[in-house]
Amino acid sequence: MDLFEWQAKELFAKYGVPTTRQVVVTSIDEVAAAADSLGGGPVMVKAQVKAGGRGKAGGVKFAPTTADAVEKAGPIMGMDIKGHTVRTLLISEAADIGEEYYFSFLLDRANRNYLAMCSSEGGMEIEELAVERPEALARVTVDPVAGVDAAKALEIATAGNIPEPVREKAAAVIEQLWQVFVGEEATLVEVNPLVRTPDDDVLALDGKVTLDDNADFRHESVHNGYRDISATDPLEVRAKELHLNYVKLDGEVGIIGNGAGLVMSTLDVVAYAGEEFGAVKPANFLDIGGGASAEVMANGLDVILSDPSVRSVFVNVFGGITSCDAVANGIVSALSLLTSRGEEVTKPLVVRLDGNNAEEGRRILTEANHPLVEQLDTMDGAARRAAELAGKAA
Amino acid sequence: MAIWLTKESKVIVQGITGSEGTKHTRRMVASGTNVVGGVNARKAGTDVDGIPVFATVAEAMAETGADVSVGFVPPAFSRDAALEAIDAAMPLLVVITEGVPVQDTAYFFNYAREHGGTRIIGPNCPGLISPGQSNAGIIPADITGPGRIGLVSKSGTLTYQMMYELRDIGFSTCVGIGGDPVIGTTHIDCLAAFQDDPDTDAIVMIGEIGGDAEERAADFIKANVTKPVVGYVAGFTAPEGKTMGHAGAIVSGSSGTAAAKAAALEAVGVRVGKTPSETARLMADLVG
Repeated sequence: MDLFEWQAKELFAKYGVPTTRQVVVTSIDEVAAAADSLGGGPVMVKAQVKAGGRGKAGGVKFAPTTADAVEKAGPIMGMDIKGHTVRTLLISEAADIGEEYYFSFLLDRANRNYLAMCSSEGGMEIEELAVERPEALARVTVDPVAGVDAAKALEIATAGNIPEPVREKAAAVIEQLWQVFVGEEATLVEVNPLVRTPDDDVLALDGKVTLDDNADFRHESVHNGYRDISATDPLEVRAKELHLNYVKLDGEVGIIGNGAGLVMSTLDVVAYAGEEFGAVKPANFLDIGGGASAEVMANGLDVILSDPSVRSVFVNVFGGITSCDAVANGIVSALSLLTSRGEEVTKPLVVRLDGNNAEEGRRILTEANHPLVEQLDTMDGAARRAAELAGKAA
Repeated sequence: MAIWLTKESKVIVQGITGSEGTKHTRRMVASGTNVVGGVNARKAGTDVDGIPVFATVAEAMAETGADVSVGFVPPAFSRDAALEAIDAAMPLLVVITEGVPVQDTAYFFNYAREHGGTRIIGPNCPGLISPGQSNAGIIPADITGPGRIGLVSKSGTLTYQMMYELRDIGFSTCVGIGGDPVIGTTHIDCLAAFQDDPDTDAIVMIGEIGGDAEERAADFIKANVTKPVVGYVAGFTAPEGKTMGHAGAIVSGSSGTAAAKAAALEAVGVRVGKTPSETARLMADLVG
């Protein structure tokens, strides 16, 4: 889960990382009180969206007074930044900036450890710096077992060429950021800019944090509190409530399958087949996992059929542990369950069952003889048929 | 021969007394695996279908000579279970568990790297099978039989699909390496082992979006692999920023896309199929 800047800075404060005081507002009416509570200015007014380039888009403004903050906030609220609508503003104390540095801890997938990146040349152009002068952006490997102590933090600050007068202070902040990284189980903690003030203090003025969803169970209050439901598709919210592994996509063929890789592959095969039928595309990703009970199948079908853009559904199951007769029974009872709930099923289902007990599964579906259910033998063939049906329904 | 797992392998199950552990232990035994013990500190001295349960991995190894451990321990305890196996110098540890926090995996993987070298497969993987010899994990044993193709895949069900498509030819070993951002055994490790395995003639490599493991595997193939390799990559239609089931399957910016991975593989002479079935046909044409 990616966090908003205000959430990242809230976590920084929790671990003692020096940062600026801040107030979060969700309406223009709250801006004046927020700025006043921070001393009446000067403040920064910052759009809260999970996208880079906020400054360049005009979503970050300096305001010397409360009145000015209110004026600057007006056009930012509701602004569109790379497809994200600004619904929340961060009002924070403005700091005197002497120099801007860059710092991050991140998971290094390729080397299967962590990486600290540090540069004395931070600020908005960090991506360009990384490409044009990579030597100016230090990359220091961090061993997950050894972690980061004071000496390691100083090594990182030195490698990043942080100037001598504030190097020790920066190293102390790096140690605190390491505590954020491990304490909150993040896969990314980034500070840009990390600033040096004219008084030689070091402050984290902005923050970007990604938390590991697999660690939710150890951080329920923090992770759940930071989950942003407003930005999530309503079908995804409902699927999550039903414990379904569902992602809404922009297409017409509903997809149900078992196993993440097979479902991803199913999306691709449907998209290829769809090229022939008016460029229909997969409408979603839905992995029903190992135990495809009737209830899971019913919930999955329910979510998919309630998506108005869906015109046909492709159920693609390879029975490994899952037995295909259970899947077939799941489909049959899901259809009668939906009918008994008063939800008339009108969209055609194409089903492909292979693997464990596939023959029995196919027999169950053949005998049920549901007018909307059609079976095909191969994944490619079934994908083609589902795409064809979606194309026809257009 | 096969890689890492043969009929000589002696397997223990960490978490044997849990419902998944017991269920899959029975499946492994039914498919001919030599399961010599299980581990659960609280149930030491009992047994599961006559398979003795030990208090620790070290004790199980001392008593049985086990050289493979399969872990079905819940996510919250996977790190400690893995560290126990590593401390006991278990040669091969297969972590089936889905949902292990990535910092836990990073910790126990690097701990293993620094303490002697337990090979870890997974987490979040179906394990590995050398058909007709042994089965360590949850891959169904009845899909196909022994043969001379090696298979490496991040995904469980795509592994099964590919085994099914090529069931008439058969496999030396099939390894499901798992879909997490940090995994103990990579495509490259498997490619190297298959290259050295006299009983493997050709290799199927299945990848998916996220990270750059497939690109690095392509570089490795160019430099080190002389056996024919056929590839498949899932996730061409996955949008940026959405995790597709596997925690590691996410496209961020221009990195990790399926197109880039397929192109990297094709550039080093790997024949890449557009669908699993087409990939299987490419392999069948090669060895058939």
